[in-house]
Amino acid sequence: MQLYLPIAEVSVNIFLLLGIGGIVGFLSGLFGVGGGFLITPLLFFIGIPPAIAVATGANQVVASSISGVLAQLKRKAVDLRMGVVLLLGGLVGSALGVWVFAWLTAAGQVDLFVQLSYVLFLGLIGLTMFLESVRALLRSRRPGGPIRRSHTHNWVHGLPFKMKFRASGLYISVLPPLGVGALVGFLAAIMGVGGGFIMVPAMIYLLGMPTKVVIGTSLFQIIFVTAFTTLMHAVTSNTVDMILALLLILGGVVGAQFGARLSGKLKAEQLRILLSLLVIGVAGKIALDLLLRPAELYSVTPGLLP
Amino acid sequence: MIRALALFLLLTFPAYADEEIIAGLSQNRVSITADFAGSEILIYGAVKRDGPVPGGSKLQVLITVEGPSTPITVRKKERRAGIWINTEAVQIGSAPSFYAIATTGPMADVLTQTEDLRHQITIPRAIRAVGISDQARDAPGFVEALVRIRQDEDLYRLSENSVSLTQDTLFRTDVILPANLTEGAYRVRMFLTRDGAVVDRLERRINVRKEGLERFLYNLSREQPLIYGLLSLLIAVVAGWGASAAFRLMKA
Repeated sequence: MQLYLPIAEVSVNIFLLLGIGGIVGFLSGLFGVGGGFLITPLLFFIGIPPAIAVATGANQVVASSISGVLAQLKRKAVDLRMGVVLLLGGLVGSALGVWVFAWLTAAGQVDLFVQLSYVLFLGLIGLTMFLESVRALLRSRRPGGPIRRSHTHNWVHGLPFKMKFRASGLYISVLPPLGVGALVGFLAAIMGVGGGFIMVPAMIYLLGMPTKVVIGTSLFQIIFVTAFTTLMHAVTSNTVDMILALLLILGGVVGAQFGARLSGKLKAEQLRILLSLLVIGVAGKIALDLLLRPAELYSVTPGLLP
Repeated sequence: MIRALALFLLLTFPAYADEEIIAGLSQNRVSITADFAGSEILIYGAVKRDGPVPGGSKLQVLITVEGPSTPITVRKKERRAGIWINTEAVQIGSAPSFYAIATTGPMADVLTQTEDLRHQITIPRAIRAVGISDQARDAPGFVEALVRIRQDEDLYRLSENSVSLTQDTLFRTDVILPANLTEGAYRVRMFLTRDGAVVDRLERRINVRKEGLERFLYNLSREQPLIYGLLSLLIAVVAGWGASAAFRLMKA
């Protein structure tokens, strides 16, 4: 069944869109990532214009994150205080990112920069996560080995402005979470994603938060960052397609519920290995696009250069 | 005086100045609604004559359907430091968003190059690319790429022998408008030719417009973008919350 999308101005199969929404929503609920880094390339692939894919993808991420956060809230797996601190940093970083994005667009190399950031950040994070999780899994299978303390003191604990984060069991300075939030917000604005795939490992490895609350807290923060992005796109470039978003959302919210349910059943290490493999896969695909000779060297964009 | 004028006309348009197109379209407006999946337009007509059918050369019919034109930027990728990146760009002043040509015979028989230049009929002529040569090393290659890409997307097409002409008088053709249609006025041009020279021409318009919900959402997104954006977010919030609540009920 075909449906004409009013803003994207293309006709697409309804079930295809529901399916894409469902798969991305499932992964979103499972790993606590918004899914923006998956949905945007998938929409390109089925012929949605890139600007509309980015903006509408952000709108879909809002819905799947809300659905996921509610499921996590019920399990008391959201550190709201930490979420708000991350968000404050995130909005500052996002505003800065939007400004840099505009500057890069004027320079004419924004596509390349976005692709390179994807390869660099996804690849680096995916690889680190994968190695760390495999090591942790091996350690847990070999009893009698040296026990690694989950909470080691490092330079992070020497910083001022300490705050209690009860849900995470942390008493640390607010500066590192603010910094992490700002970095993620900045990258999110430039790469057109929610930033969960950067946020989740940063919370685990940089802030030392327990994996249990990481997913819910990340989703909580993603809701606001992507809502901000959606609104910015709708107002500045009219690129949010409501009908497209609605179909992706319908598929997505259902998928997210199944994902969240399954995430409660899997071990944290297994979950991290799966997420890292997914992240490495996407990074590899984008790297190949950059390295291999494209089938068509030319590309057509309506409108003139700015 | 009148006789002299008639003689002049007879000399400038020898033999077939008296052939004229009368034509119609199956519809002169296309409504894009939610279930729009393309549209087929029937273009039909007849040749009106005052005298007998002129002998000699064959009568040909050529029909073009042209969507609204926009400026276009064509970019080319090149390998730099091991990766493929956009290097050169050429800005094309105006290119139609859709362009279909239907003829009764091979293009070379239907139209001479001079007539093509005068009436801007073939695909390369329909693209206005003036002053592009200093924008890139191989500027014409960029225009060719635009034509190639749009032909692959079925937005530009040349269908020779797709107009049927009965007894040198009645003609008809079907033009399929694709699903990814842009809004605007579509220009339909019909040409009668003999020996590649245009004998008569006629122009009609088809209005392509979004209707109903599509129209409403499109207008809202342009006229009240903030409200549109907030509405999109509201849908996301309600859907996210609704799904969560529905699953809780199902579990209970």
